[in-house]
Amino acid sequence: MIALEAPLRVKALSAYYGARRAIADVGMDFAKCSITALMGPSGCGKTTLLRCLNRIHEILPGARVEGEVLLDGENVYESGMSVIELRRRIGMVFQRPNPFPTLSILGNVLSGIPPGAPRRERFAAAEKALRSAALWDEVKDKLQKSSMALSLGQQQRLCIARALAVNPEVLLMDEPTGSLDPISTLSIEELMKVLAKRYTLAVVTHNMQQAARVSDYAAFMLAGEDGVGRLVEMDETSRIFTNPSDRRTEDYITGRFG
Amino acid sequence: MDQPAQRRRRYAAVAATDRAFLFAVYAAVGLFVLLVALLFASLVHGSWPSLREFGARFLWTSQWNPVTNQFGALPLIFGTLVSSLIAIVLAGIVGVLAAAFLAEFAPGWLARPLSFIIELLAAVPSVVFGLWGLFVLAPAVRSSIGPFLQKTLGFLPIFAGPIYGVGLFTAGLVLALMILPTVTAISREVIAAIARDQREASMALGATKWETVASVVLPAARVGIFGAIVLGLGRALGETIATTMVIGNRPEIAASLFAPSYTLASLIANEFTEANGRIYVSALLELGLLLFLVSFVVNGFARLMLYTVLRRG
Amino acid sequence: MRARHIRSFIGTALTAFCASLGAVALLLIFAYVLLQGFRALNPAFVTQLPVPVGESGGGVANGIVGSAITVALAIVIAMPIGLLSGLFLALFGRGWFPSVVRFLSDVLSGIPSIAIGLFAYILFVAPFRHFSALSASFAFAMLMLPVILRTSEDAVRSVPREIREGALALGMSEYATTMRIVVPAARSAIITGLLLSIARVTGETAPLIFTAFGTPFWELNPSNPMAQLPLQIFTYAISAYQSWHQQAWAGALLLICAVFVLNVFARLVLSPMAKR
Repeated sequence: MIALEAPLRVKALSAYYGARRAIADVGMDFAKCSITALMGPSGCGKTTLLRCLNRIHEILPGARVEGEVLLDGENVYESGMSVIELRRRIGMVFQRPNPFPTLSILGNVLSGIPPGAPRRERFAAAEKALRSAALWDEVKDKLQKSSMALSLGQQQRLCIARALAVNPEVLLMDEPTGSLDPISTLSIEELMKVLAKRYTLAVVTHNMQQAARVSDYAAFMLAGEDGVGRLVEMDETSRIFTNPSDRRTEDYITGRFG
Repeated sequence: MDQPAQRRRRYAAVAATDRAFLFAVYAAVGLFVLLVALLFASLVHGSWPSLREFGARFLWTSQWNPVTNQFGALPLIFGTLVSSLIAIVLAGIVGVLAAAFLAEFAPGWLARPLSFIIELLAAVPSVVFGLWGLFVLAPAVRSSIGPFLQKTLGFLPIFAGPIYGVGLFTAGLVLALMILPTVTAISREVIAAIARDQREASMALGATKWETVASVVLPAARVGIFGAIVLGLGRALGETIATTMVIGNRPEIAASLFAPSYTLASLIANEFTEANGRIYVSALLELGLLLFLVSFVVNGFARLMLYTVLRRG
Repeated sequence: MRARHIRSFIGTALTAFCASLGAVALLLIFAYVLLQGFRALNPAFVTQLPVPVGESGGGVANGIVGSAITVALAIVIAMPIGLLSGLFLALFGRGWFPSVVRFLSDVLSGIPSIAIGLFAYILFVAPFRHFSALSASFAFAMLMLPVILRTSEDAVRSVPREIREGALALGMSEYATTMRIVVPAARSAIITGLLLSIARVTGETAPLIFTAFGTPFWELNPSNPMAQLPLQIFTYAISAYQSWHQQAWAGALLLICAVFVLNVFARLVLSPMAKR
């Protein structure tokens, strides 16, 4: 399966933590303006794969990567593109909301915008990002308040706004609802569907219902006997959930997997 | 929006800032290591004339005579060791038992303020300890504590002889108070770090809490407790001002603990600014080098023991 | 069975007694300093210069100011080196070299202050044949470094990894991530460490003898010998004059209060904030 237009492609990607190989030979495309879900049991390497895409994997001591990640055809592991440029083009949202504790709500959203731009422009960008993250109405009267005063669900939307303010092309989400209550989860899922109209989303989830509800494409990963995670298959979400081609995917989908 | 070329220039500037920042971080750490190395090197360099002149004789001759330029540190080493020994025996026993109380027996509402007060004791400046030792403790040793010990234990040579008030015994008492917080705080940390299951197994066998602490917890914590005591010893060996004020400052070796004595650090404090002549200054610096080496070894030893228990470093 | 319980009770009581000894000692010392110090403490003591032996009155104003200047300069020297080294350990803390740095720092914290005073003398006094407050500040900085270094490391380490990753994932530089996000998030604990290191050197006397040296006059230039409160207390205490002894107690009261305030503020106010 090859998507018509894929701004982000992965080719023969392997990632290591020191001597331990975490994922091997992963190759897949992330289709433009759609949601690709990465599924699999814990330890299958889906988060590691996600963290290789914006090169945040490599900040851990001993971590390294082989293979290619192509952003608009350019390999991000070749020296041409700086890590900073890459991370501004590929935003990331983490499992646990991680607003910067010492910054205000506004400060958090502004933190990724270069300080050089005029104040008015920066503020407009922040407002736009907060609106995109469906948070503006809730916080517009307390922009200078500490971000820690928000609820967890609001904090997560603040983190999404913070990532959007940088104006990325791709948004990576690592179990974005993993630490949220059902109502907050629902609002984040709604938001993801809206964002997919403008951004390419890659979402790690171990919640199959979530993957089925929101994603356009789904990839299933599994760790082998050797503990190394590999891509089992990837397809349109409807196909994965109704007619998977691999036996192991079917086992996982139907809950027969341990 | 700005152009790609312009953007890439900005990224290059950011990368340059990062390189400068990392350089500053490495430079700071390098400077730190360099300073420690320089501390050792400069003491060796400064004491070189004395090292050459006296060699090992410096350590085991007793004459400290600036007039004849004869320098032997034995009485100072004796005074340093004995005063520290008194301190470590007293503070070791009291400190470890206090740590057992704070970690095992005391309820939280008592343990926390008590620990805090004992830590405050560590914050008392040594000149204040010295002042108190000189004007409160030394008279008390002369008029009551000393005579009492002499009456009961006077048959021992260490408690014989005239009591001046200032002397080894008083210095040992003051040092004991000063290192008590170190021994207590670190022993408490070590005891608290001893695995809970060990102690629960013993309690399950029907032992009382005291029996469990005395026969299981303290023996299991012995390496760390020893480390805590050695750390206290290191502090006592190098303490200067308080000792100087209460030890009597006389470079003699006497059997009695009530006799005045002198320590390495005290002699440096008293004589350094008045020292003239290359050899004299150098001999004083060699005392400093000796203090540095001894405390380096003692502290290093203590830390290595504590690392294994507390998993730091 | 009863004998066992009696023995246990006595043992427990003994540990309680030992724990109270330290507290009693502190209260005794503090009460005595308070009592004696108050008698000599008056406005003149903190606003006037020392007077020659035999004359009554006078104060330690130059020593208070001198100590403040010396400690302030020590902070300026020690803080950047200590904080950056602590950052190094927190960010790149694996392998043999960081372990060596930690070990050196822990051992340095146990090196007698008088040996470090000699080091400052060799480096900054002997070459110029001139005592100076600056050389004392250097000695103080050496004493503060281990405290600042290890508390900064622990403080930065205790900032959740997600915070740092969140900043890096935004495309923030290593510098901005560390200095604008991570260090501010750890600031309470870092300031706690700084205050404790200040408390540690504020009462130090030994290294001052042959670095700052002291002077009976006003001196604000750090490249000259400067009066120091702990040094004045020491000199007054070992003198033979009753009036100077009283001054020593008053000085001790000021010093002990300063150190206690720093400790109480650091441990009871800031430290709990850092743990939140």
